[in-house]
Amino acid sequence: MNQNLTFFLWDCLQYLINGIAQGSLYALVALGYTMVYGIIRLVNFAHGEFLMIGAMCGFYALKFSLPMGAAILVAMLSSGIIAVVVERIVYRPIRASGRIPALITAIGTSLFFQYFGQLTFGADPKTIPPFIAEKIFNLGEVNVSNVQIAIFGITFFVLIFLWWLTHFTKVGKAMRATSFNLAAAELMGIDTNKIISFTFFLGAAIAGLGGMLMGYTMSIEPMMGMNLGTKAFVAAVVGGIGIIPGAALGGFIIGIAENLVAGLYKSSFRDGVSFFILIIILLVKPSGILGKNIKEKV
Amino acid sequence: MDYYLQILLIVGIFITLTLSLNLINGFCGQFSLGHAGFWGAGAYASALYSVYYALPMTNSLNMLLALIVGFIAAALCGLLIGVPCLRLKGDYLAIATLGFGEIVRITITMTEKVGGPRGFINIPHWANIYWVYTIALITIFFMFNLKRSAFGRAIISIREDEIAAENMGVNLFKSKLFSFIIGAGIAGMAGALFAHTQQFLHPSNFNFMWSVIILVMVILGGQGSVTGSVIGAIVLTILPEFLRFVGGTISEWRMTIFPILLIVLMMSRPEGLFGAQELRWRFKKEKA
Repeated sequence: MNQNLTFFLWDCLQYLINGIAQGSLYALVALGYTMVYGIIRLVNFAHGEFLMIGAMCGFYALKFSLPMGAAILVAMLSSGIIAVVVERIVYRPIRASGRIPALITAIGTSLFFQYFGQLTFGADPKTIPPFIAEKIFNLGEVNVSNVQIAIFGITFFVLIFLWWLTHFTKVGKAMRATSFNLAAAELMGIDTNKIISFTFFLGAAIAGLGGMLMGYTMSIEPMMGMNLGTKAFVAAVVGGIGIIPGAALGGFIIGIAENLVAGLYKSSFRDGVSFFILIIILLVKPSGILGKNIKEKV
Repeated sequence: MDYYLQILLIVGIFITLTLSLNLINGFCGQFSLGHAGFWGAGAYASALYSVYYALPMTNSLNMLLALIVGFIAAALCGLLIGVPCLRLKGDYLAIATLGFGEIVRITITMTEKVGGPRGFINIPHWANIYWVYTIALITIFFMFNLKRSAFGRAIISIREDEIAAENMGVNLFKSKLFSFIIGAGIAGMAGALFAHTQQFLHPSNFNFMWSVIILVMVILGGQGSVTGSVIGAIVLTILPEFLRFVGGTISEWRMTIFPILLIVLMMSRPEGLFGAQELRWRFKKEKA
């Protein structure tokens, strides 16, 4: 075999592995988007900011010399609680006004937290150490770190957990019912407000977890949520918004595509790739890869 | 004095920009989050013309040509993004246009000829405050007339109910696309004015944040209201400058005041200050 081609293929494999690790993180963030969208049809622009707040709180928890596990717990709880509070104060009153006002409110919330974060946490980037000591394994020409494997494992575990939660528990059943038809679920005696709050909490807590795991690729700063949030949302749409496995699939696709393009072509196109994929998907199948087409009725 | 002149300039440019977004967002009801992309495309295209390809003519003729270049470039972008994306609705369209705006910004940053990430310098100072307000007045006039025209009524009907509009014989796709292209083109002209008054362009001028600021101006004034847009643009350009002088904590927190204002507005009056109504000089007496 041609030697150049061999190197090229090894390179591709390396980018693929990096992409899967990166994609797992996107998938974690995308899950929250998809769950919230699935239940109240709201694109929660502030989801990236929930992640940022979680990561910041985790950072300060580490600074107060808490162990890593406790810091992750702090991050998850703080983003979850912020999400519940925001849902209660901002999104709930606006829900009846229709989708576009709700969308604008979500953008407003997102911007508020960005600048709020800059003023309270400071605009300087902060670093979170990897959650386990990094060890790199050489497999032929490619490197795989144990952090990457762990991130993939955690994402997989979260997916299994969500699948179990939505299909085999009472609260999961209530979530599916609310997502299917909010009014009918209410008539059946489900406290939909509570279920929506719970969904927000769950989605944001997973985002907080993602924020803490991100320490191994990037530093955290108040403006990180915007970029990450839009990419994760793109991932959710690509996979089919409202569908939990779709979010994971979309996350992996975006992560792999980004790493391939950045590695093989130009790294400055990294941030543009996801939007290209988005536009292509929206053209071919607007409901996403795993989505079902819904006909509009008069 | 220069400071006040600068604010006045920016107000004029934002009046044009807000009106152009109002055509897409307020009249036609197509939620676009990439308006800064059109603005940037127009600004960079016209600056590209005036720096590299300017014809040997008087400055005012050249400026006119730069405006046309800005209009055409942005309108082409509108066509390019409109054809695929206008089949989408609501949130999906918002995200697709957001993505488009980011793609424009990334492309500009990647293009070495227009300065890339360093910014585009040495743009001739062709436009001045008269240019800015002439274009703003023409746009206001155009929008008022459009609102009363058959086409204007058609796109307003799309905003109210797409299916009903289609049943009444409105060609949905064509009308949406047309309003998208015109809106984008006017934003491109605002971009040309911006380029030739500031003489310096930077990709970060055209990021997502600015799309949102233009959107907030439209919504504050009222979607579908021409006078509302004008007032929204004036208030939201002057307010941050005014808060700057208040000093202390408020000055520091002024960027958080923006979003809070937006949220409060959405909660109390989702249709904006004027709704789809216009501000008139003579109010008719309401009959009881």
